Amino acid sequence: MTRVTSAQKIAAARAEGRPALIGYLPAGFPDVPTSIEAAVALAENGVDIIEIGIPYSDPVMDGEVIQAATVQALANGFRVADVFDIVAGITARTDAAVMVMTYWNPVLRMGVDEFSRRFAQAGGSGLITPDLVPEEAGEWLEASEKYDLERVFLIAPSSTPERVQRTVDVSSGFIYCVSLMGVTGARASVSSAAQAVVDAAHAAGAENACVGLGVSRREHVEEIGAYADGVIVGTALVAALRDGGVQAVGALAAELSGAAAHSDKELA
Amino acid sequence: MSTPDHSADTGSIDEQSLRHASGPYFGAYGGRWMPESLMAAMDELNETFEAAKNDPEFIAQVKDLNKNYSGRPSLLTEAKRFSAQYCDGVRIFLKREDLNHTGSHKINNVLGQALLAKRMGKTRIIAETGAGQHGVASATAAALMGLECVVYMGAEDTRRQALNVARMRLLGATVIPVTVGSQTLKDAINEALRDWVANVENTHYLLGTAAGGAPFPAMVRYFHEVIGEEAREQILEQTGRLPNAVTACIGGGSNAIGIFHGFLDDKDVALYGFEAGGDGVDTDRHAATITLGRPGVLHGAKSYLMQDEDGQTIESHSISAGLDYPGVGPEHAFLADIGRVTYEPVTDTEAMDAFKALCRTEGILPAIESSHALAGTIRLAKKLVAEGAVPEETIIIVNLSGRGDKDVGTAAAWFDMIEPGAADAEITGTDAQKAQEK
Repeated sequence: MTRVTSAQKIAAARAEGRPALIGYLPAGFPDVPTSIEAAVALAENGVDIIEIGIPYSDPVMDGEVIQAATVQALANGFRVADVFDIVAGITARTDAAVMVMTYWNPVLRMGVDEFSRRFAQAGGSGLITPDLVPEEAGEWLEASEKYDLERVFLIAPSSTPERVQRTVDVSSGFIYCVSLMGVTGARASVSSAAQAVVDAAHAAGAENACVGLGVSRREHVEEIGAYADGVIVGTALVAALRDGGVQAVGALAAELSGAAAHSDKELA
Repeated sequence: MSTPDHSADTGSIDEQSLRHASGPYFGAYGGRWMPESLMAAMDELNETFEAAKNDPEFIAQVKDLNKNYSGRPSLLTEAKRFSAQYCDGVRIFLKREDLNHTGSHKINNVLGQALLAKRMGKTRIIAETGAGQHGVASATAAALMGLECVVYMGAEDTRRQALNVARMRLLGATVIPVTVGSQTLKDAINEALRDWVANVENTHYLLGTAAGGAPFPAMVRYFHEVIGEEAREQILEQTGRLPNAVTACIGGGSNAIGIFHGFLDDKDVALYGFEAGGDGVDTDRHAATITLGRPGVLHGAKSYLMQDEDGQTIESHSISAGLDYPGVGPEHAFLADIGRVTYEPVTDTEAMDAFKALCRTEGILPAIESSHALAGTIRLAKKLVAEGAVPEETIIIVNLSGRGDKDVGTAAAWFDMIEPGAADAEITGTDAQKAQEK
């Protein structure tokens, strides 16, 4: 199977003169079928890369909205292996790149190789790993080579130049630039630290540097798009799904991607 | 069992020594399984700690606080009536961490880490707490050193431990009830980590146990090593020889690693860690992490972990809030794997029987955590005698890690000693309600 990678989607967006849009939703929220429908709605409304989060009992990098959603997914019976069905369900219906964001223990428990094999088989392009740093990633580096998966590590405003370099060196697909010191959650404005993190990633040789945390509006996408290769939106989409269902997710994605503005113009 | 050789020199550093393991890895365990955002702070902490360990001024500060604030050295008390009535005559010595200021071993670690926080120029410390002991100790150190202190505590625990919440507030700390996740100790740690990520510039996370990412396990152990060093010296002074065994309770494992450390290289001294068996390890209500857990990563370290088939953390259960944690320090996981320390579960019932036994024979009210060590010791003593050990020539040191004043409500409820009509609130601010539910 030819898998669509995040690197391909970012390159395609760049060719169109815009940043790639990356949308996050938790697997199994509110249930497995709806999470597939919501992801498809993202892709249909201009999202290039879909990031599916695996609900985990101890999500230390997540704020209240995503915590509540993942708690509900687990309460509704989500099992880790469901993520493969969700990924396969999305890749079958869209041409978006599908990544999985996961805390590391669920992957360790299944076995890094086993998880990687099944994920690749489902058509996933790579993993975003918020609590895994390169020093501890030996098994994952091996498995990702073996199954040709993208490795998206994070860098933060606090990362030293040495750490940025080390992280860029082992990453593929893109580098996840954490825009601020904090956890996930919508903020009124984009942190001024974000551009420095992106600049550091580019200086270390990263081709693709994408910004996440605190991004929730079209104006943020435009602002970040001026210096970054991609923009990651999570909490705002999760809140939309919670409050308005799949339709609301599609509408917000259209707004974030600028597709809504285009269609307005066409109508006019 | 033969009398151990006490001439062994524990001061020498050789490749076989277990005493000087500095991390970040302990065998396959330990490391730093945590967000990149915190790596710079972990590096800073590590550098500060390594420099402080070799700084005579820091060492002198710690010694001074231990002696003139905490009241160290803590006593080593022979428990003769407890020995005669419950341990088949095996000689039992109690390492009296219950006599430290704030009533447990926890003070050793908080004073050391608060000093490090000041060296790093941090003005704010945050801590997690279950029963409130580490929170109270952290609030104490913060008050002593003029630091702002915020304590995260599961919302349910703040209700059960209202007295300790009040103690922390009296000491000037802010207590934040954690209402997310399972609202227990592990969620309090999650919330403290989220705070740390956001405020790392001026904040030190004063972790309360020998778990977490490197350098926490080795650092917390370092500040508790004084327990084992004193105990070793005291037993030699009082009996002229080393003990046959040293025992301690294990939650995250800080008091245990502290006392074990003094004896790790004394190959003839057996070491025992007693985990919380809750309702029994054949039920799903326990906290016997090493006995039944599997390796995994939680809160920054790879270690044994109570987890389900999906790698989701399982909630632990114990009558002792201080042992009610689904993880364990990585050095214990390593010591279990190589067989240097034996880890066994002790049930709530066994622990409470031992609690009462010590009260009645020695006039010492132990923490329920420490009562797990006492219960395991009773079992061990009987086993040694059954195997042919001469009781009066057999010595066990128990780390009595804390006093039980905080547990009076729980114990009174457990033993049905509450006067009919007494208001819950007067009894407690403790686990009384939990004990009554059982």
